[in-house]
Amino acid sequence: MAKNQGLLNKLLDGRNAVIGVPYFWFLLLAAIPLLIVLKISLSEMEGTQVSNMIDWREGWPKLTLNFSSYQFILTDSLYIKTYLSSIKYALITTLLCLVIGYPFAYFMARSPKHLQPMLLMLIMLPFWTSFLLRIYAWKTLLVSNGVINNILMSLHIIDAPLAMMNNSFSLLLGMVYSYLPFMILPLYANLSKLDLRYLEAAADLGTSPFKAFWLITVPLSKAGIIAGSMLVFIPAVGEYVIPELLGGSSTLMIGRVLWDEFFSNYDWPMASAVAVVMILLILLPMAVYNKSQAELSEGKS
Amino acid sequence: MATTAKENSKPAQDVLLRVEGLTKIYDGTVKAVDDVSLTVTKGEIFALLGGSGCGKSTLLRMLAGFEIPTKGKIFLANQDITNLPPYQRPINMMFQSYALFPHLSVWENVAFGLKRDGMPKDEIAARVEAMLSLAQLNKYAKRKPHQLSGGQQQRVALVRSLAKRPQLLLLDEPLGALDKKLRETTQLELVNIIEEVGVTCVLVTHDQEEAMTMASRIAVMSEGYFLQVGAPDAVYEMPNSRQVADFIGNVNIFDGVIEEDEADHVTVRCAECVHYVGHGVSGHSGMAVGVALRPEKIILSKEKPKGDYNWCAGEVIEIVYFGAHTTYHLKLDSGKVIKAQELNNTRDLSFGLTWGDRAYAQWNDLAMVVLTQ
Repeated sequence: MAKNQGLLNKLLDGRNAVIGVPYFWFLLLAAIPLLIVLKISLSEMEGTQVSNMIDWREGWPKLTLNFSSYQFILTDSLYIKTYLSSIKYALITTLLCLVIGYPFAYFMARSPKHLQPMLLMLIMLPFWTSFLLRIYAWKTLLVSNGVINNILMSLHIIDAPLAMMNNSFSLLLGMVYSYLPFMILPLYANLSKLDLRYLEAAADLGTSPFKAFWLITVPLSKAGIIAGSMLVFIPAVGEYVIPELLGGSSTLMIGRVLWDEFFSNYDWPMASAVAVVMILLILLPMAVYNKSQAELSEGKS
Repeated sequence: MATTAKENSKPAQDVLLRVEGLTKIYDGTVKAVDDVSLTVTKGEIFALLGGSGCGKSTLLRMLAGFEIPTKGKIFLANQDITNLPPYQRPINMMFQSYALFPHLSVWENVAFGLKRDGMPKDEIAARVEAMLSLAQLNKYAKRKPHQLSGGQQQRVALVRSLAKRPQLLLLDEPLGALDKKLRETTQLELVNIIEEVGVTCVLVTHDQEEAMTMASRIAVMSEGYFLQVGAPDAVYEMPNSRQVADFIGNVNIFDGVIEEDEADHVTVRCAECVHYVGHGVSGHSGMAVGVALRPEKIILSKEKPKGDYNWCAGEVIEIVYFGAHTTYHLKLDSGKVIKAQELNNTRDLSFGLTWGDRAYAQWNDLAMVVLTQ
């Protein structure tokens, strides 16, 4: 039976097909676009076109790699400063999301079972409105003659409008607001699965509820904390829309630099190089961390 | 009557745990535990035995402090602990599924409770080492719980609950998660460790074998209250009600009426036979009673027994082979089916009886219990 199976049959074999789908998906939507970006970053602009990486001369391919964009990134302090600033804002956003999201997810997971679907809906409710609209709405709230300042002034709580717009406050507010659900959802999924008997066992061994939270609940929800933090941190580093609309000119974010390189300077290789460096900055520590975690869970400690 | 050699061998000891009229009502109507009172003396292993939903777990959880009683009091060494939170009670519990902290190593699991007490580091280390060697787990100290076998996890759970030297140890279905073969060895290990430490135990189980082999006293529970409390042999051989007789082991119950009621014997007339009981019972002639007869106390034969008492005849309708013994189901002439258990003391298993044979069941005059309740 197996002898008669051709290559096509083998490929269409149910097992291979099912395993193949995610690989195909990954190849098409992640690996190939990344390779294209990598290729562009190693080229240079020729007029309005990106140079070819491979020339065909007299039937022989000639490979030209151009590292000038990378050299520029490393030598121009603006890029390094922007990278550091992006990571700083992303880290602060992640931390704030964690501080706000953890208690939220905790009480959601502990609330009566019949209320949980509704609470989950409330978390996802903002997604029903356009992201751009919601960020824009913050703008009308935060500007000098915006809703919040007007109310505070009419109540004579403040004399002059608070500077809440186009600074790091408005940027972080927008980022935390937008990314909070991505922190809460994995945390909730993790915390709702926590076996309450561990807490009983801790109490039985003389641990007060407050201490048991730090000694049992938090360590056991580590996977949720990591998942949520990754989901917030990674997109936050490259965020473009929120810094553009709420951040003003004083807040440096790499997403805006990227945009400028692509659409103001039309320097595609430079923009691609900026993107590649950003990916490396995020991916490398993640890969190292993942590897150490995998080793730890295998009990090689 | 309800004492064993085990208990008699110890001098009169003080009461460690006293429970008075403990009641737990859920949602205003469901009585999980109904006015239970009990005392446990120091060094005793006390078992709460019952089917699921009989309230044994709720009772245990109230002792641990996880459930607040609706009514009643709990005293530990004469101190009222009814309203103490679990983390302030000198009671530790071994959980049914062990509840070992998955993110901590075996060593850290055992040290967990000691660290909370603020014990000096070197003392903790010494205590943990002692505990681990008690359970022969020293070489697994650095492992995480999921890297251990079921039996090893069970021993970690036990020494973790013993590490703080609790006054009272609670065991919730301690062997429930183990397979049958492992149970037998683990059961003995468990009892050995507990006796070495000398801690008082309250044990919850639905497994009568577990209760009988481990406990010095058993309370049979049903619907939130105690049906009978006594030593394992007393509960087995002298059940005080049909429910207890039925719950502990297999039993044949004959319904009948007391005919002769003498000081040294009674006779009970049933539809199937006349029972001659070789001791007096608290009853009167004409009283309706049940006669409980354990299957292993019946002797089967093909020949009709002599005498008028303590035998009946029927047809073999089922033969169930268990290895060590065989159970025969006998359909009596009245239509009642009784079980008789014969020891397979030779390798010739046929025993001369097969399906459809007419067989005679007989028993001696001290084999049965007259149930007046």
